[in-house]
Amino acid sequence: MLRVLGVLAALMLWVGSACAASEPPLGPHKARLLLTRAGFSPSDADVSTYSALTHAGAVDQLLAGVRTSAATPAPVWIEERFVPPRELRAMTDDARRAEIQKQVRMGLDLRGWWLREMVNSPSPLTERMTLFWHNHFVSAQPKVRYTQLMYRQNVLLRQHALGRFDQLLHEVAKDPAMLIYLDAASSRRGAPNENFAREVMELFTLGAGHYREDDIRQAARAFTGWSIDLDSGQYTFRRLQHDGGEKTVLGQTGNLDGDAVLDVLLAQPATAEFIVRKLWREFVSPQPDEGRVRSIATAFRNGWNIAVPVRALLLQPEVVARDIDNALVKSPAELVVGFLRQSGGELTRPVAAAVSIAGMGQNLFSPPNVRGWPGGEAWINTQTLLARKAFLERGLSDRTVAETSIDEPMATSMKDDDTPRRRLQMLEQSTSVRIDTEAWLKRAGMAPERVAIPASRSKLEQMLLVVPPTAATGEGVLGLDALRATLLDPAYQLK
Amino acid sequence: MKRRVFLTSSGALLSCATLPAWAVLSTPRLLILLELRGGNDSLNTVVPIEEGAYFDLRPRLALKPDAVARFAGAPALHPSLAPLENLWRDGQMAILQGVGYPLPNLSHFRSIEIWDTASDSQQFLQTGWLTRAVDRQPAFASLSADGVVIGAADLGPLSGGARAVALNDPARFARQARLASADGAASRGVLAHVLRVESDIVRAGAEVRPDAIFKTEFPRGALGVAIQHAAGIAATGKVSVLRLTVPGFDTHQNQAGIHANLLRAVADAVVTLRAALTEHGVWDRTLILTYSEFGRRPRENQSGGTDHGTAGAMFAFGPHVRAGVHGEAPSLRSLDEVGNLRHTVDFRRVYASVLENWWQLPSERILQRRFEPLNFIA
Repeated sequence: MLRVLGVLAALMLWVGSACAASEPPLGPHKARLLLTRAGFSPSDADVSTYSALTHAGAVDQLLAGVRTSAATPAPVWIEERFVPPRELRAMTDDARRAEIQKQVRMGLDLRGWWLREMVNSPSPLTERMTLFWHNHFVSAQPKVRYTQLMYRQNVLLRQHALGRFDQLLHEVAKDPAMLIYLDAASSRRGAPNENFAREVMELFTLGAGHYREDDIRQAARAFTGWSIDLDSGQYTFRRLQHDGGEKTVLGQTGNLDGDAVLDVLLAQPATAEFIVRKLWREFVSPQPDEGRVRSIATAFRNGWNIAVPVRALLLQPEVVARDIDNALVKSPAELVVGFLRQSGGELTRPVAAAVSIAGMGQNLFSPPNVRGWPGGEAWINTQTLLARKAFLERGLSDRTVAETSIDEPMATSMKDDDTPRRRLQMLEQSTSVRIDTEAWLKRAGMAPERVAIPASRSKLEQMLLVVPPTAATGEGVLGLDALRATLLDPAYQLK
Repeated sequence: MKRRVFLTSSGALLSCATLPAWAVLSTPRLLILLELRGGNDSLNTVVPIEEGAYFDLRPRLALKPDAVARFAGAPALHPSLAPLENLWRDGQMAILQGVGYPLPNLSHFRSIEIWDTASDSQQFLQTGWLTRAVDRQPAFASLSADGVVIGAADLGPLSGGARAVALNDPARFARQARLASADGAASRGVLAHVLRVESDIVRAGAEVRPDAIFKTEFPRGALGVAIQHAAGIAATGKVSVLRLTVPGFDTHQNQAGIHANLLRAVADAVVTLRAALTEHGVWDRTLILTYSEFGRRPRENQSGGTDHGTAGAMFAFGPHVRAGVHGEAPSLRSLDEVGNLRHTVDFRRVYASVLENWWQLPSERILQRRFEPLNFIA
C-alpha cells in the first residue's frame, strides 16, 4: 500500500513538470532567487540563461547538470601514503611533529581545494548538496586527523550528493573517516562503543524521539567489528570482534549486523521525513510545512533517489518568491562563494579565504560537533557578523594588496617565530579575492568614482539583495560607496 | 516610541519593588560559567576511592588512592586539580555532588540544551535560563551587554534574546564594530535577528573594552588566551555573565592522559582568574561555576574511555561560596538500568541558589517552579 502511494506521489511530482510548458518564463528576478537557493548567488550570465526557462524547466536543467566528481584537479598529496598510528608512535618526536605539521598543511590545502570547486563548479547545486551531506554525515578533521581520509569522504559525499540515500547511508557508515570520528573503529564484542549507534539514529536517520536507549545499545552490538585496516586506511570487517548474537532494534529481532540495522532505520517513515525537513530548511524556508514534507517524504522513500525531494523542494513557490518571512541566512561558504560568483571576482588565495570562512563560524571539514553547524539564525552572532562584514569590506578595498601578494602569500608578512594561532589570524584577515569593482558596477550602470543615480542604485540592490535594504542611504553617494553600503547592509546576509 | 519605553521600564521598576536596593541601583555581581564541553568524567574528578565498586568498574581507568589530590577535609580529587588547594584552604571552593536531573538524556546536544534552558528532560524551551533571569531587570539593563561568551559560537544559557556577545578576541571586536550600524528599521524573521545583533555590536563595541593591564601571568594555550580576555572584560565591570567553553571532555577513547590535561588546564584557569581579578578588585564580587552536560558512565569501555553518563559534580569558586561539599555523591551500588549514576541534586537547585543568593532574584518565574536553593552561596 505504502509503495503504491509512493509511486503515485512520485508521479504527481513529475506531472508537475509535464504541465510546465504553459508556465511563463522565470524572468531575471525569480531566476536569481532560484539560483541563489539552489547554489550560490549567481553570475549575471547564469541569471540571463535561466530567465528564459520556466520554473520547472530551470529546476530540471539544474538537476541535469549534477556532477558526481569534482572538476578541480585532486590535490597532489592524495597519493601520499597512509602512515598508520603505530608507525607514528614509533617515530622520533621530531619526525612525528613533522608528520603532524604535514597533515595540518594538507588540511588547509584541502579546504582551499573544496572552495575552488565551489567557486568554479559548473554545477553549484552539486556543491551545495555535498556541503549539505558534510553537515549531515559529520566527520571532523581534529579527531580524524588523516587529511587523505577527509578528502576521500568528501569524494564519497559528492559521488552520491544527488544519488541514492540508502546507498549513501550504507557507504558513509563504512567510511574510514566516519569510523574514526564516531569511534566505531574501536567498538568490539562485549564492550560496544555506543557513539555511532546513537548518532546514526539521532542525527543521520530517525531524529530524536523515534527510538529508545535500548535500541541504541542493541544497535551498537550490531556495528561491532566494523573497523579500519591500519595499513591501508580502508574499511575492514573484523569477524572476531563482531557480536553475532540476537538483537532487537525498533521491534526487529534477529542476528542483525550493521547493514541490517541501517535497513531497519531506512524502513522507518521518520527517516525520510527527517531528511526532507532538513532539506526544506536548506532550500525553502525556516519553517517546514509538515503536510508538504510528508508527501515529499513518501515519494522519497520509494527508491531513495535524492533528486526526487530536491526537485520537489526547489519547485515550491517560496523558492522564487521572497519575503522577509521565508528568507534564509546565507552560510559563510555561501556568502563568500556567492560574492565571488556574482561579482565575477577571482579567488586568488583559496586557503586564506577558507580560513576567513572558518572565522565566520564554518571551518570546512571541521564542524563543531557531530550535529554539524546548526545554521539559520545561529550563523549570525556578534563575532561572526563582524567577520562577514570585514571580509566583504576587504574584498572591495584592498585591490592593490591582492595583486602584489598572490604568489608570495605569507613571505612578506609572516615571520618564522609567529605562533600557528598568529599565522592563522593573519591568513584570516588577509585579502584572498580580487574583485573588479569597476566592471561589477558597470553592469548596474554605475562607476566607482561617479555619483550614482537612484535608478542605478535600485538596479544594484536588485542584483545583490533578495529583500529591500534596511538602511536608507543619502543622496549624492559615489558608486563604490553605494556598492559597499549594499554589501554591508544586513539584508546582504540573507538569501 | 518614547512613551512605550517609559511604560516598560516603570513597569519593570514596580515589579522589582521587593528587591534589595543594590539590585536596582548598582551593577549585578559577576557570574563566570566554565562549561566543560563533551561530558566531564566526574568519577575521575571527585574520586570515590573509598568505594570498592569504583575499582571494579574501572580496572584500567581508576585513579590510585596514593595518586589522588587530598586537601584537608575534602573528598579525593584528580591529581591535576592540586593547584586548587589554596582556594580550598581559603574557604573559596565548594564541591556540588551528584548534580543531574530526572529522566537523563544521554545526547550531548539535548542534554546541554536541558542545562542551558533549565527545562525538564522532555520539555523544550526556547530561551536560556540566564536570558530569562536578566529579562526586564533594570540592574542588568544598565550594563553594556548581558553576557559575553568566549570559546564557542552558541550563546548557551544566554540564547533566545539576551544581549549577549560571542567573541574570541575583544580588541579585534572593538576595531571591527565600526562596520555595524544600529539604524536598521524594525523587522521580522531572520532579518530581525541580524538587526538585533547589529545593535548589540554597536553598544558592546563602544563599551566592552578589555584595556586592563595585568601583572598576573596567564597560562599558554587556547584556554589561557580565553581567560585573559575574560579577565579583561570582567575588569570593565560592564557585564554580569561570562561563559567560557573548554572543549574536549567527550573521552570515549584513551581517556587517562586527555582528561588529566583538561583538568589541569581548568584548575590553572581558575587559579589564574582569581589572581587576575583580585588584582583589579573584581574577585570580591565574582562567582565561578563549572558545569558539563553530563557525567560519564561508571563502567569504563574497551577503548580506554568512558561513554555518556548522567549525574556529575560541579565546582563553585569565589569569596562568597560556602566552602565544603554540598549534596551527596550518588552510590555506585545502585546504578540505573543503563548502568549510570542516579542524581541526588537537581541542577536547577544550583541555578536557584545563583538567582536567589547571588543576584537576589526570585527564581520561581525563571525556573518555572520552586526549586529549593542548594545554599552553596553565603
